[in-house]
Amino acid sequence: MKLLKTLLLCMVALNSVPSYASNGECETYLQSEIEAHQFNQDYQSTFEQQVCRLVDADYAEKEILINGIAKSEDENALFVINALLNADLFYNKKNGDVVTRKELENGKYQAISVFTQQELGEFKKRDLRKIGINNSLRRVINGVVAELQISSSNPADREAAALELLKAADNSALPILEKALTKESDEDIATILQTARALVLLQSDDAIARMESIQFLNGSLYVETRNGLNAFLNRAKQDAGLYGKAEILEAEKSLEAINQLVKINGVMENVYFGIALGAVLLLAAIGLAITFGVMGVINMAHGEMIMLGAYTTFVIQQLMPNSIGMSLVVSIPAAFLVSGLVGVLIERTVIRHLYGRPLETLLATFGISLVLQQAVRSIFGPLNQDVQTPDWMAGTFSVNAGLELTFNRLYIIIFSLLVLAALAVVLKKTLFGLQMRAVTMNRPMASSMGIKTGWVDALTFGLGSGIAGIAGVALSQLTNVGPNLGQQYIIDSFMVVVFGGVGNLWGTLVGAMSLGVANKIFEPMAGAVLAKIIVLVAIILFIQKRPRGLFALKGRSVED
Amino acid sequence: MDTMQQTTQSISKPKLGPLATLLVGDKGGQKLIFALIAIAIIFPFCNLVFPQDSFFHISTYTLTLTGKYLCYALLALAVDLIWGYCGILSLGHGAFFALGGYAMGMYLMRQIGDRGVYGNPELPDFMVFLNWSELPWYWYGFDQFWFSMIMVLMAPGILAFVFGWLAFRSRVTGVYLSIITQALTYALMLAFFRNDMGFGGNNGLTDFKDILGFDLQSSGTRNVLFIASASALIIGYLISRFITRSKLGRVLVSIRDAESRTRFLGYRVEHYKLFVFVVSAMLAGVAGALYVPQVGIINPGEFTPINSIEIIIWVAVGGRGSLFGAVIGAIAVNYAKTYFTGAFAELWLFMLGGLFVLTTLYLPKGIVGLWQQIKQGDGKAAQLANVITAKFSNAFSKGA
Amino acid sequence: MSELRPKHLEQAYSLYMDGVSVSFDGFKALNNLSLYIKPGEMRAIIGPNGAGKTTMMDVITGKTKPDTGTVLFNNTTDLTQHDEAAVANIGVGRKFQKPSVIESLTVFENLELAQKGGRSIWQALFHKLSDERAKKIQDTLELIALADKQHELAANLSHGQKQWLEIGMLISQEPELLLIDEPAAGMTDEETMKTAELFKKLAQKHSLVVVEHDMDFIAALDCKVTVLHEGSVLAEGSLESVQNNQQVIEVYLGR
Repeated sequence: MKLLKTLLLCMVALNSVPSYASNGECETYLQSEIEAHQFNQDYQSTFEQQVCRLVDADYAEKEILINGIAKSEDENALFVINALLNADLFYNKKNGDVVTRKELENGKYQAISVFTQQELGEFKKRDLRKIGINNSLRRVINGVVAELQISSSNPADREAAALELLKAADNSALPILEKALTKESDEDIATILQTARALVLLQSDDAIARMESIQFLNGSLYVETRNGLNAFLNRAKQDAGLYGKAEILEAEKSLEAINQLVKINGVMENVYFGIALGAVLLLAAIGLAITFGVMGVINMAHGEMIMLGAYTTFVIQQLMPNSIGMSLVVSIPAAFLVSGLVGVLIERTVIRHLYGRPLETLLATFGISLVLQQAVRSIFGPLNQDVQTPDWMAGTFSVNAGLELTFNRLYIIIFSLLVLAALAVVLKKTLFGLQMRAVTMNRPMASSMGIKTGWVDALTFGLGSGIAGIAGVALSQLTNVGPNLGQQYIIDSFMVVVFGGVGNLWGTLVGAMSLGVANKIFEPMAGAVLAKIIVLVAIILFIQKRPRGLFALKGRSVED
Repeated sequence: MDTMQQTTQSISKPKLGPLATLLVGDKGGQKLIFALIAIAIIFPFCNLVFPQDSFFHISTYTLTLTGKYLCYALLALAVDLIWGYCGILSLGHGAFFALGGYAMGMYLMRQIGDRGVYGNPELPDFMVFLNWSELPWYWYGFDQFWFSMIMVLMAPGILAFVFGWLAFRSRVTGVYLSIITQALTYALMLAFFRNDMGFGGNNGLTDFKDILGFDLQSSGTRNVLFIASASALIIGYLISRFITRSKLGRVLVSIRDAESRTRFLGYRVEHYKLFVFVVSAMLAGVAGALYVPQVGIINPGEFTPINSIEIIIWVAVGGRGSLFGAVIGAIAVNYAKTYFTGAFAELWLFMLGGLFVLTTLYLPKGIVGLWQQIKQGDGKAAQLANVITAKFSNAFSKGA
Repeated sequence: MSELRPKHLEQAYSLYMDGVSVSFDGFKALNNLSLYIKPGEMRAIIGPNGAGKTTMMDVITGKTKPDTGTVLFNNTTDLTQHDEAAVANIGVGRKFQKPSVIESLTVFENLELAQKGGRSIWQALFHKLSDERAKKIQDTLELIALADKQHELAANLSHGQKQWLEIGMLISQEPELLLIDEPAAGMTDEETMKTAELFKKLAQKHSLVVVEHDMDFIAALDCKVTVLHEGSVLAEGSLESVQNNQQVIEVYLGR
């Protein structure tokens, strides 16, 4: 935005301002003003001329000039007025040029033209004098700024100004609002302005205008609307005769409707957070669903596979610090490979010897998790690492005035579903998936058909671990990357798999989402920790009812 | 642990006192009990009688540290009872230990009286700090020692009963059970971290002053606590031994090896599991209660899942399914931990992790099993060792 | 109970199964199965894999609850209302297809554990083997020819010996009804014949349901045969009549 402004200014400057090397800018402008006056007594001074006259003006003249500057509709007007307000506006004692200044390392100041943004040279501190204002001028300027902003050509500026006006909606703002409304083409900004106008009119003496305002405000989700309506009802309560019955009823109705919408918004927001948490859990748990669900291996080091993925993201970001967004994309396959390879290694060296002994596997992999944690701690240190988020993941999108949702969560949700879909395809459509299922169902038979069961085991375990690594990439964008990262998710991941039912990706999805949403729904009621406890206890109780989870396979073969 | 000899003994009925009968055929147990009695006498004697600079002096620090190990050994015994003999791998036994500890901690908190920082005679410091005006109802009674001691047994016992009743009745077994026990201790950890729970939140319970009127810092009290820990371990061992060598113990082994077979024999598997689970939880609670006055603090950290899993490794290292082995394992691993965290702090987690992996891969019978193998190699009592080795390997491959 | 047809109450049945159906996720493991075993009767059950033999045993022993149907023991006890342990204590013993003995206990201890009575926790905790009960165990050991191996771990027995031990455990339970799944598997011919003799002897005091594939063994049992197919009874009668049944031949040999 700033860049744009500078660019515009430069263009203005290049087109309209002849540059005199010897004379100051203001000297030129003022000279031309005097010349113009000689030909035409009613000559309207230009923006530049008025700015330059600020230097010699007294406070009364300054007020006139400020209003004039504001009305000039020059692109630069707001900048100058703001600078004046913030005591950043100076003039060159020698030639009267109006500038802003920048402190240099050598203790001198660089003067910058307010018109062209060009550097006008280095000056000592006392060469540049501040253009002063007093309190009454400050008030004038404040009013002028809002008015100026609302007519800015940049929609984001206008929206900010409109929201400012909404905050301080009083009678004095009404003409500005009316004027801005006639010009406003952006529907969203117009709505804000209308809301502000309605809030002003709510305080007026005109019953019809009030009624219209109240009806207009129905469904408006701005905090100010609720405050305004509440204030309106309070006034009505204090002074029974002030407003008509119909108005009061209507206002109550509007307020009620708004409160309802706010509540729905709150629930929607929680559901969104819940689904996002569910997506994280899903990513953390699908790898586990493979190793635990398909292979029957309890991998307590699964959390550390996630951690390795997150650290891989960190390392890759260190390798390509100038393209954060690209590094994230590269991290996905890299993390898959790193965690996957470690997974294969663990399978070949330890787990292979422990098939059919799930409790021993649990203990051995727990030992591995300790070793991995300590290894990462030794290499990277015990502190959390800072993994950056690319710009396109930051920011929010607003569903309505009261509900803004963050982008990064949306990306995680989409990403987790993509990973799930990819995994489903691998399991269902590829030869490896077929072999994997065959080995799971009947090992001796698969072996006798020429499937290398050992390799299938190793690759299956690698696949599960690799997906955990991908989960680590996603988590690095949401949470701190530290040696204990995996520990935070391992119990939740197990809960998801146990809850959803073993050996069933669909169950994992439903399990993750239910757990995520349940957690976030309970959170506002009970607080984060208690919500987690409630969910854990609920799962413990649920396991009593359905010991094999939500989508358990039934039948004789599963029993023993 | 040696059921074959047990049977022979029970048939020939030797004329021995009831306690001594328990240890017949349990050479490890006999040695252990003698050793425990010996250190219960020698340690306090050396601590109190010999002057500090004497070669025979045992410092109060060493005494308390050893007392801590004895508490851990009792905890390991509790875990071995359910895991080694009944095949229930509880990854949440630290919770029962911590609950016993908290019950004791609450008593010790009340004993502080008005000597706290805020000088409130009724409320512990942290409650005053939280602006609580009165004692929560669940703190009532903890000013009485007898009541607190009942709660040391009841708090873990009731939790184990409710949890076990729910889990065993619906036949949650194997890794599922392990995972939900882990979730249980995790949930308790989160709960105890909350200030609102009224157990001191993050900081837990600490700054204890005295127990039954005796100063906790005095070496006399330390010695008594040490003797109490040794006695508790001896009694815990005898109780466990009594259970495992009774017919009930054989039912437990049968449940471990072939649960559904045991059911079809007409045994109510869930009742047996519940019984031994509750007994085990109570033993763990006692261990926690003795631990707290010796270390001077109990906080929610005791509930962390990793603590519970560490207990498992003590038992695995010592020798699962051998009461003697559990005790040895707990003491050995904790001694190593004290040594290595002091000397090479960085290495300890590598070592602990490696211990997990190596034990499960190469030492499925633990130290005790290794000892038996060595003896077998010497040719001494080869027959006996053979039987036991076969027994353990079967127990391991089947019970897992 | 209310659906009971009166005519079946006229006669005493050790096991009365009527219209029993069980399905797993749409697959009908048992389909309107009816089976009536008289006291002291021995019955052989045959059928191809997946015919529902094991599911039938699961239903009788309380492991699986039927979707519909009646399962009565001695005409009065509704077995569907009890779990495995209760059914065992009511008097139904079961031997598994895979020999299932407690491998880390000795042969003697296996039998002691199986011996009738003393199922409660307190009884087990303070159990002392009386001379009388010890004698009974010795008798059973003689019967299953394992007396000289009584202090061996069950794990060290041969496959056939394990089968015998399990049968011995079954006898020690003193059930009224015995369900036996493939007892002859893994036995030598001689052992098989000995087993058949043993069962014949048992049938004098107990009711037996024997599931078996070995036709020689069934011939030796010399009893009524029921053929199961796709969860219901295909044929019933003497071995000879069943073997000549056209439907049975089709099922076994394929069309």
